[in-house]
Amino acid sequence: MNRIDKLFETKKSAILSVYLTAGFPELEDTCHVIRELADKGVDMIEIGMPFSDPLADGPLLQVCNQQALNNGMNVSLLFDQLRSIRETVDIPLLLMGYLNPVLNYGMDNFCREAADVGMDGVILPDLPVREYTGQFQKFFQHHGLHMIFLISPQTSVERIRQIETLGSGFIYMVSSASTTGVKNGFQPEQISYFRRIKEMDLNLPQLIGFGISTQETYRQACKYANGAIIGSAFMKHLMDEGSISKKVSTFINQIRP
Amino acid sequence: MQYDVNQDGYYGDFGGAFIPEMLYANVEELRLRYMGILKDDGFKNDFKQLLRDYVGRPTPLFHASRLSDKYGRQVFLKREDLSHTGAHKINNTVGQILIAKRLGKRRIIAETGAGQHGVATATVCALMGLECIVYMGDTDVKRQQPNVLKMKMLGASVVTVESGNKTLKDATNEAIRDWINHPEDTHYIIGSVVGPHPYPDLVTRLQAVIGEEISWQIREQTGKDVPDCIIACVGGGSNAMGAFYPFLDNESVRMIGVEAAGKGIDTDETAATLACGRPGIIHGSKTMLMQDDDGQIIEPYSISAGLDYPGIGPVHSYLHITGRVEYYSVTDEQALEAALELTRLEGIIPAMETAHALAILGKIETGPDDVLVVNLSGRGDKDMETYIKAFENEQD
Repeated sequence: MNRIDKLFETKKSAILSVYLTAGFPELEDTCHVIRELADKGVDMIEIGMPFSDPLADGPLLQVCNQQALNNGMNVSLLFDQLRSIRETVDIPLLLMGYLNPVLNYGMDNFCREAADVGMDGVILPDLPVREYTGQFQKFFQHHGLHMIFLISPQTSVERIRQIETLGSGFIYMVSSASTTGVKNGFQPEQISYFRRIKEMDLNLPQLIGFGISTQETYRQACKYANGAIIGSAFMKHLMDEGSISKKVSTFINQIRP
Repeated sequence: MQYDVNQDGYYGDFGGAFIPEMLYANVEELRLRYMGILKDDGFKNDFKQLLRDYVGRPTPLFHASRLSDKYGRQVFLKREDLSHTGAHKINNTVGQILIAKRLGKRRIIAETGAGQHGVATATVCALMGLECIVYMGDTDVKRQQPNVLKMKMLGASVVTVESGNKTLKDATNEAIRDWINHPEDTHYIIGSVVGPHPYPDLVTRLQAVIGEEISWQIREQTGKDVPDCIIACVGGGSNAMGAFYPFLDNESVRMIGVEAAGKGIDTDETAATLACGRPGIIHGSKTMLMQDDDGQIIEPYSISAGLDYPGIGPVHSYLHITGRVEYYSVTDEQALEAALELTRLEGIIPAMETAHALAILGKIETGPDDVLVVNLSGRGDKDMETYIKAFENEQD
């Protein structure tokens, strides 16, 4: 059974998923950061594959992407690094990235390798639903990987219903019309969007991401969805001085004291 | 038409709309509405009138007799350089601002490289009283100061982009991010036949006025039904598509697109996408793309800021693959020579981009009586610093 499904079967609320950029701050830090996050009780991890032009990301994650690329990170090296991750980490792991490097690697190869190293799902924000169903869905299904689709406050009800049918694993709710990055709490219209989605009673679980940076925003997100995804705020913290283990534990303690 | 975009937004294998969900509603709105607006009589009248009274169309088709003598064939220049703001870019911005108003948008964003599209966008925003934000890479802000000052005088905010190589690609990334953050009230005026469907088709149709005018002007001046050959430079490829579009289905018209080879297509410093690229995804479109072995986008290089783009409009990738259009590339040096030649033979200082199209004249075989049209896409005022530097070096 896919670990994402297993997670949502056993845990319905307050799920915490954390994003990291692979190969950041140093090329060889990827698995170290993953293990520390898993040790601190994070429920799920999104491993970012760096890209030169990350369109859906704000300035902070652009910097992280670029630094990881400068460090020499690429898709095949990442698979090499992840080769033994399942010896120590049991929680669901996802790959997040942009379409071009994945297409360049070959979608079929990519899915095979991802499944082979024990990944559970993939997030590709610039892969539209229609292209996915037309060309690529078969590879994901064949290799038992979940394709996670995003919805935003602008996504129509009709389209959410379509995504609910085509997607699997969970739905990634983008909290506002924005790129990734830290914001100051939720606005009333965001809360009403969260409510609107909750009331749709979708048959896929939902996690809220983008703009979650504090204990308060995490708790609020958990009120309306099954949990939350934190990216930029964690990566910002990783940029500080200190050991990775220390930085991960102080950050997770802030979010979940 | 055989070379038009299909219902799914593709030209053969190229095109599509590879955009994050956050942009879906905006792009979908444009996709559903653009053809209706373009076909609406009210729009057609407004567009025609502004092109005539504001832009100064039709632009002349000029028989360049000394250039013709030199190359032993009949060379005509389509004088887009005489348009308001000095390049063909204004055709597209006039059209898109009229569309933006019909979509009820109040805020306009644009990317710019050399600054020509930025100035053309700031101009129509001043004309219509709409807020205008132009994204421009820091490198380009520094090397194109006069255009930055023009945009500011026109009332636009110019946002300096510090990410990546700080040129056109990065400015486009930032404009797309702005659009993600302002999905309700903002229209993004893309400056070329690039980006997600329907932009390549929309911009092609708005620029097609160039080719439509060539069609009747060539008949009037030569008695021929169509020119034998049309030549244009290609960065994203909007001036080329404007000139080619009405003739694409007429296989007797030869078409040539000229890319910027920079310092040569066998060097790392080039912007010749079709010569050096592989299929990939950039700015929401599947097209030929300059990328490294890992699928990371490569920063291009050209002396011309307007051709300095690692992708190309998906329609050009298709016209290249099908062989309908021939594509060549010329180096910085060849383009500089061609710019000087036109200046000395015809008294016209062309834009650095346009000079690439002119540089092909000496390299292609055509019949002696053939009628060639070169799309003179812009004037060289913005490039004076580059020209002066190049010719100073030559004299040293």
